Amino acid sequence: MENLDWLIQGFEQAATPMNLLYAVIGVLLGTAVGVLPGIGPAMTVALLLPITYNVSPSAAFIMFAGIFYGGMYGGSTTSILLNTPGESSSVITAIEGNKMAKAGRAAQALATAAIGSFVAGTIGTILLAAFAPAISRFAVTLGAPSYLAIMLFALVAVTAVLGSSKMRGAISLFLGLAIGVVGIDFLTGQPRATFGIPQLSDGIDIVIIAVAIFALGEALWVAAHLRRRPSEVIPVGRPWMGRQDWQRSWKPWLRGTAFGFPFGALPAGGAELPTFLSYVTEKRLSKHPEEFGKGAIEGVAGPEAANNASAAGTLVPMLSLGLPTNATAAVMLTAFVSYGIQPGPTLFEKEPLLIWTLIASLFIGNFLLLVLNLPLAPLWAKLLRTPRPYLYAGILFFATLGALAVNVQPLDLALLLVFGLLGLMMRRFGLPVLPLIIGVILGPRIERQLRQSLQLADGNWSGLFTEPVAIIVYVLMAALLLMPLVLKLMHRSEETLLIVEDDRDQQEKAAQS
Amino acid sequence: MTTTEEPQEHAIAKTVDKAQYLVCVVLVVVGAFLIYDAVTLEAGFAKVDPVGPKMFPIVIGVVLILLAIVLAVAIPRGSVGEADAGEDVDPNMPSDWRTVGMLVGVFVATILLVKPLGWAITGALLFAGAATILGSRHYVRNIAIGAVLSVGSFYAFYSGLGIPLPAGILDGIL
Repeated sequence: MENLDWLIQGFEQAATPMNLLYAVIGVLLGTAVGVLPGIGPAMTVALLLPITYNVSPSAAFIMFAGIFYGGMYGGSTTSILLNTPGESSSVITAIEGNKMAKAGRAAQALATAAIGSFVAGTIGTILLAAFAPAISRFAVTLGAPSYLAIMLFALVAVTAVLGSSKMRGAISLFLGLAIGVVGIDFLTGQPRATFGIPQLSDGIDIVIIAVAIFALGEALWVAAHLRRRPSEVIPVGRPWMGRQDWQRSWKPWLRGTAFGFPFGALPAGGAELPTFLSYVTEKRLSKHPEEFGKGAIEGVAGPEAANNASAAGTLVPMLSLGLPTNATAAVMLTAFVSYGIQPGPTLFEKEPLLIWTLIASLFIGNFLLLVLNLPLAPLWAKLLRTPRPYLYAGILFFATLGALAVNVQPLDLALLLVFGLLGLMMRRFGLPVLPLIIGVILGPRIERQLRQSLQLADGNWSGLFTEPVAIIVYVLMAALLLMPLVLKLMHRSEETLLIVEDDRDQQEKAAQS
Repeated sequence: MTTTEEPQEHAIAKTVDKAQYLVCVVLVVVGAFLIYDAVTLEAGFAKVDPVGPKMFPIVIGVVLILLAIVLAVAIPRGSVGEADAGEDVDPNMPSDWRTVGMLVGVFVATILLVKPLGWAITGALLFAGAATILGSRHYVRNIAIGAVLSVGSFYAFYSGLGIPLPAGILDGIL
């Protein structure tokens, strides 16, 4: 029960008044940005990276943990009250959630989302604490060739499985890899693709890229299409649930969690598929199937739990292997780097206290979300009425501030603009942003791992295939690339399942999911 | 957002989105630059480094150019990327590139002015300028909010985080 000891130590560390304050700030900030359109948790963590220069690692990660779960929760508020989901993972929540809100049951929809998130987040974090150390213990026994294979797998998985168009995923990925090339070659010491600018020899700071792609790109894209009249927000009182709502919610919460966690933990999982599966399952099992499409509480409870459990699941590969599989995890990983902590399988061995403090603060953050957000829901609903010019001017302002704080040089702002325009282009032409960020982060690490493996094998290429795990991973990768053929056959049935008769809005949603 | 392309394609009945050739151009330029830059590098010396410094940029560059070709072939066949949706995005509105252009202009001004004028002034102008362009007509309020944000963040970064943002002409006053 070594893990339990560590977890208790983590709680001791996380429960100091100062750290609890950071947790509260993180949760509130996370929910606020989750509610506000245009900014997500990934961008918020990116903007807050400068604090890593002056705040202790545990405090920073406690705050990031709060933002991580808070952002997820805030997103559901927006989809329920506004029917315009900001993230693909809350598309499904919007289907039933907004119908409930329109039928005057917004309070119950928000309550089941909040409590379901809490249940799923808590179970997910328990599973994380149970599995991540074991996986990491296994991973440290792996050699460089296996690790290289796993990183390549994550790259292929994120690009090929998520998103609709493989070609566009690949374009985004290779643009990211190209950005990753910039800087000094680690073995021969030669500057590559630096345009002769000395400041670029350390590579382009990931903070700049993240802020540019997520924040600036988004703000510019919205500016090109800003609704002159913001959509209608449904007013809401304090969330609550009646007896019947509880009865109808608890099973979907647990089933949603069971769908979400494994998908999140897999490098290619994402949150879209589990939320969708959860919705379909609830629709099939429900005693009130006629309510689906008109605001069934099960259709909010299940997908929302799946969404949160999948978020907890994405932390498994991040903490045990150092592999980011969603945008927020990717940015959090860069925070480790800026503390001089090398993310990877050795994380649990080298920084046990920090990691367990992070896990403990995930529990705390989850609990805080529940107690703070139920009473604060009306306030969050008001936040949705923020005048849009101020909101997006503010995003531009903080993006600039965040980029300037990295090195305090105008060159970084110029890079911010260049990559911001790239982000705008990607949104206009439907290129997914996640493969780009993953490419920037993993590209240099893959190159390093590959060349180091080869050095150990005396420059012999066959040295890459000596470990059984490596070979298995390459086989899985091949299978993954062939899987879409199977999925394509399945896809038709998915679409017909989601469409509710005589409801156009519903059909558009189905087409989008 | 992940989206399937099929329904959209049926709806628009195979209109060709020619603007996508811009993506091809970007891919070719980036790819060609990577290859050009990699060729100028000294090759790796050792036998134990068969990859050397050149291989990654060259492979990435070649793939980027190949992807540009694939995309260029796919565009006339009606391949369209699903533009991003979002809370405040009205997909039915024509793109308002004038607003984007003006925002970029304000941003370029920020880059040029941040050293000489300092963050407190430039940041306020950035916020006020962006808010005005995005349609807020309360000019005084725009400036006031911008000033509070920029001066506040200047002090927060200076004393809270120990990061001195450029003070510019207000050096000594702030």
